[in-house]
Amino acid sequence: MLVRETTTRDALAVEGLGLTIGTREGALPLLADVTVRVGRGETVGLVGESGSGKTLTARTALGMLPRGARATGRVTAAGLDVLAAGRTDLRDLRRTRVSMVFQDPRAAINPLRRVGDHLTEGLRAAGTPRREAARRAVDLLDQVGIDDPAGAMRRHPHQFSGGMLQRIMIAGALATEPELLLADEPTTALDVTTQAEVVGVLRALQRSHGTGLLFVTHDLDLAAAVCDRIYVMYAGRIVEEADSASFAVAPAHPYTRALLDASPSVHGDQGPLRAIGGRPRSLAEAPSGCSFRDRCPRADHDCALGVPATRPHGTSHVACLRPEQVKP
Amino acid sequence: MTLTVPALRARAARRRRHRPLSVRLAAAFLLVVAGTGLLAPLLAPHSPDTTSLVNALAPPGTPGHWLGTDSTGRDVLTRVMYGARLSLLAPLGVVLLSAALGITTGLVAARAGGRVDAVLSRCMDIVFAFPSLLLAMIAVAVFGPGLAAPVCALAVSYAPFLGRIVRSVALQEGARPYMEAYRVMGFGELWVTLRHLLPNVAPVLIAQGTLSFGYALVDLASLSYLGLGVRPPDADWGSMISQAQSAILQGAPWSGIVPGLAVLLTVVSVNVIGEHVGGSISGRGKEET
Repeated sequence: MLVRETTTRDALAVEGLGLTIGTREGALPLLADVTVRVGRGETVGLVGESGSGKTLTARTALGMLPRGARATGRVTAAGLDVLAAGRTDLRDLRRTRVSMVFQDPRAAINPLRRVGDHLTEGLRAAGTPRREAARRAVDLLDQVGIDDPAGAMRRHPHQFSGGMLQRIMIAGALATEPELLLADEPTTALDVTTQAEVVGVLRALQRSHGTGLLFVTHDLDLAAAVCDRIYVMYAGRIVEEADSASFAVAPAHPYTRALLDASPSVHGDQGPLRAIGGRPRSLAEAPSGCSFRDRCPRADHDCALGVPATRPHGTSHVACLRPEQVKP
Repeated sequence: MTLTVPALRARAARRRRHRPLSVRLAAAFLLVVAGTGLLAPLLAPHSPDTTSLVNALAPPGTPGHWLGTDSTGRDVLTRVMYGARLSLLAPLGVVLLSAALGITTGLVAARAGGRVDAVLSRCMDIVFAFPSLLLAMIAVAVFGPGLAAPVCALAVSYAPFLGRIVRSVALQEGARPYMEAYRVMGFGELWVTLRHLLPNVAPVLIAQGTLSFGYALVDLASLSYLGLGVRPPDADWGSMISQAQSAILQGAPWSGIVPGLAVLLTVVSVNVIGEHVGGSISGRGKEET
């Protein structure tokens, strides 16, 4: 779809990814023609409503497909062809080169183990000696802004607040110096104030370690503030790819526009919030042609004819037949 | 929060206060029984097997035989102390063996799912439907007398109790996001199961294990009573009760009552502790945070 010169190896390159899952009623499509690229040290946002396939796309980068799913296309994470890779290669990839930060830190850590055990487990499994692993973990805890990092190693997850625990999870994710970090709504379960701090920590560490970051979120403002580029997903497809600078001011796809109109803002004029009519579709129940057609104010007959190809539009790439009709 | 030493002491004291008197009494009693069993050769006033027909059926309170003697003149106190060894060790063996079996079956069933789960669960149902004493008696009939056969048989018949609990807790716990998180970190199924799932299942296991201990003690005593467990002249509470039958008819019930009380109090103590452990698990975390 997009042609770009890639001089260095990308942290993540998803090309034309399609995903179907076999059910009793037949094959159910989940993703179609998803193309996402995350360069090294780059922060890329993946936004969309619940069920649009954001998390699914991120997990595919780890080779974690749902049971009974079949994938087409090509997924290269940290240089490994994930869809073709064997079990040991995938395990190695997950241990050392790709990490993930989850939505709810409290749910994503074994409540019985000490924080130190959690942080060093990955390193120890990769063959780092105990002392060295502990030293690294303390160092990382310090970097994510935990007071008394040595003492924190001996404490249990329930002794930390959500924000602190998410920092610890970030430290754990970066312990093996991965090339790619997948952050699946890492701040959704946190307070807004903690959210800013955690995102700050995430960004700072990602920059200093040169890690590519795929930031999955449904918070458009956050994505615009954090990311270099943003992909907008709808019903299992990428509908727009934009620079974060142009994303908020000049959305090209009617869906992006509608999303922005639907999100409240404390700044600027307090216009009424406009909910998007209808409900989010999954790829399986999306209409023919453009998936957004049945909820789009701009839709016309020709929108039903085929899935719109992605084409450049201003600074964005958009999969829409009449993006120019979208008011800037 | 870094805990200072006084704070730690205060917390420990708070925990102690949470333990009701019954639990403390039960624990003390079990400790005494285990201790006397362990140190029987040092503490016991007589040899457990020395018969003395002159002193047969001496009533409790007789100098030198404070709990009396049985129909062959053996000291009841001595035999109860020696009997504690087998009477406690054998149920412990049952619990450990059945735990090993139950944990394996339950974990495999929960983690493999699908057909494996169905087959293992049905197997557990079948063993469940089998009376444990009957199974133990069949084992003795096949493999001959002695403790090994009934201990193994009881372990097999108790395994489904633990297996079912392990399976259901493992299913519940296995669906929690952290299991997935460790898989994302590149850890294999076996590692995640043993290192992260099992410790989260353990508290329930401990509670159920304590309860099984009580059942096993009673079942093994019943077998000994039937003459299928411990071979004479080894002392064991069940066989002591069995041998006391004729004495009871002769109006000397103490040689049966004392081991009977030992069985009763031990089982009650174990169950009180088991209840307490189970109860404090269901309230887990409330006091910690």
